[in-house]
Amino acid sequence: MGIRVVITGYGIVSSIGMDAGEVLRSLLDGISGIGEITRFDTIHKGKLPLAEVRRSNAELLEHLGLKNKKKYSRTSLLGMAAARQAAEMAGIKPGQSLRTGLISANTVGGMDRTEDFYPLFLENQSKGRISEVATHDCGDSTEKIAEYLGVRDFITTISTACSSSANAVMLASEMIKAGLIDRVIAGGTDAVTRFTLNGFNTLMILDKTGCRPFDEERAGLTIGEGAAFLVLESEELAIREGREIIGLVSGYGNANDAYHQTASSPEGIGAGLAMAKALEMGCIEPAAVSYINVHGTGTQNNDLSEGIAVQKLFVDTVPPFSSTKSYTGHTLGAAGAIEAVISLLSVQNGCIFPNLRWATPMKELYIRPVTSLLRNIPVEHVLSNSFGFGGNNSSLLLSKYNSR
Amino acid sequence: MTNVNAIYINGLGNLSPQKTTDSSRFLDEVNRVQSNRLACIEPNYRDFISPDILRRMGRLIKMGIASSRICLEDAGCKMPDAIITGTGLGCMEDTEKFLTTMVRNKEELLTPTSFIQSTHNTVSAQIALLLKCHNYNFTYVHRGWSFESALLDAMIQLRNGRASTVLAGGMDELTNGSFEITRRLGHWRTKPADTFDLLKTTARGSIAGEGSAFFLLSSAPGDNTYAVLSGLHTFNRKASPFALPRILNEFLERSGTSPGEIDLAVCGFNGDTSSAGPYKELTGSLNSAGIAAWKHLSGEYMTSSAFALWMSSMIIKNQRVPEAAVIRAPGSGAIKTILIYNHYLDLNHSFILIRKP
Repeated sequence: MGIRVVITGYGIVSSIGMDAGEVLRSLLDGISGIGEITRFDTIHKGKLPLAEVRRSNAELLEHLGLKNKKKYSRTSLLGMAAARQAAEMAGIKPGQSLRTGLISANTVGGMDRTEDFYPLFLENQSKGRISEVATHDCGDSTEKIAEYLGVRDFITTISTACSSSANAVMLASEMIKAGLIDRVIAGGTDAVTRFTLNGFNTLMILDKTGCRPFDEERAGLTIGEGAAFLVLESEELAIREGREIIGLVSGYGNANDAYHQTASSPEGIGAGLAMAKALEMGCIEPAAVSYINVHGTGTQNNDLSEGIAVQKLFVDTVPPFSSTKSYTGHTLGAAGAIEAVISLLSVQNGCIFPNLRWATPMKELYIRPVTSLLRNIPVEHVLSNSFGFGGNNSSLLLSKYNSR
Repeated sequence: MTNVNAIYINGLGNLSPQKTTDSSRFLDEVNRVQSNRLACIEPNYRDFISPDILRRMGRLIKMGIASSRICLEDAGCKMPDAIITGTGLGCMEDTEKFLTTMVRNKEELLTPTSFIQSTHNTVSAQIALLLKCHNYNFTYVHRGWSFESALLDAMIQLRNGRASTVLAGGMDELTNGSFEITRRLGHWRTKPADTFDLLKTTARGSIAGEGSAFFLLSSAPGDNTYAVLSGLHTFNRKASPFALPRILNEFLERSGTSPGEIDLAVCGFNGDTSSAGPYKELTGSLNSAGIAAWKHLSGEYMTSSAFALWMSSMIIKNQRVPEAAVIRAPGSGAIKTILIYNHYLDLNHSFILIRKP
């Protein structure tokens, strides 16, 4: 058998907690992070909800021990906070001789600052504080996180819309298997912005009451923000270094729906392919999957398409499933990594977190999500789905670690 | 390096400020301009995209589709096993359009088209959509390593056997807004520069450019193979200590090459005197190699190394360095091995090594 990729650390920052402990408590207690908009001025305040991280940029800077506020977008600050936790858990320190990489993902880079810069710039192109736009590109936050953690051997950034950070985990695993790197901090980060809020609003897919994934009455998603990172390395290295192994990346699949730029195909072609590829790589029968952390945005289109793909692949062995976006909101480029961490919490704690705000089954589906906490059950294999605009569909298969 | 691992460049498609879309010609006529920004020579997009979808399509997407189509046709490939793109800034025109309307209309009366198209993966997604390609699809967005990351992923997919053909490309578009912002950040010459003088004059700043170049990479040679992609390395200025000869030697060793085998070093000289140091250091250590440059022809942008790989592939195939690209002529023998060295703002450095098949 080939090289196995294991997880030796993780970190998470989201609207339901500033670290994995806080996030777990919220998940167990059924406390959602969806609430009023407070981060910026917008005409949607009081009308549309968001799932914001309850820390200002100033508080995040202090939390990180940083001073220069001009240097960092909120995307960077959230990313640094989560990546630091992951690195600490895995014992990563600057100056170690192992080849260490950082693969991050996001969708709108430092847009949170660009949109502050833009009004003045539009009035007069010589106006606007230029430092506010110097953090615009998607690579900026990755460079900042790498600098903060002292990662130098390999750095890149992925942007495949809402599947971005699942793909970061995928590339990291591929590079470790190919022997190109020893260990990778892989994940993603995204901050809430007026750009994305208004963008999704033009598509009329924002639920005014907060997202209700897989409910017949669902009316769209709720945008969230946050960041999460996993530390991946080969099983051999983790054992040699005596690290605690948290879980196994046993499979992953990437496929394109090739149906429409924003809508998913009615049959869920891309979703089905991504899940099937992940199971195939992991040599796992569909019936062996303990839990699916579905993409489950809460839009009419996604949940129907994903639900049909799940029914088709699992037929009469559909495992318990839920969308934890009902807690965290849809954190876009960070979603894949945030849900990978939640999936690991499920494996580690032997529980399956409920799909909040669910009341009515979808009439087109025979499956329905888990709506109350399941505890003390063995969670061996979790499939975590992340689908994005452009038909970019990815699925990760994360498993309980068993030595061979 | 064994042939089992060889990666063949079997097709090219390059849209740039030069006439590069016709592979039967190779920079024999240079588009000479006096400016601090270069724009792509765009084809009639109706030759590539149906009019009903063309109308609302953003410019970078059109550039990407046209160049990818040229590439697939050049390689005789109908359905690649993977589509992987790299773009530093993505669809800037649509991003600016949505931002502008959002600010001017105070968040009211917005339409979704420019938001949808602003997503960085739109180019690779639209290529997949038009081909009905359900295969692996990825987009990298890391500054001067965006294209290199796409190439790296392509190499991984080909070597692990999950793909036997990969369509990989790098693209960026220059808009008035992004030009103005980068001008204020001091990236460009304050006075217009002549295409042929850019690399000879000493001044601060380069000239801005744009382009979209695609490659059909395959684990098997084709009828039209240009070159073999045999090595890729990205490295950081912050690598301590930043010892270029050591980094180069280690890279060449891993790629099964020695410095003496390099016939031509294609370097990212961009006319900015403050960025020339690393290129001079590298070429100084490769005495027997010729030197060529490309940024006076393409302009500087985050994925310009894709133009460099196109030019280098053409050099291997045609066995000649276009006059416009020569800095130091190579020896009279065959051009068998080319090293491309680029850095973006002295942050993102990269080596790409290609060989004659």
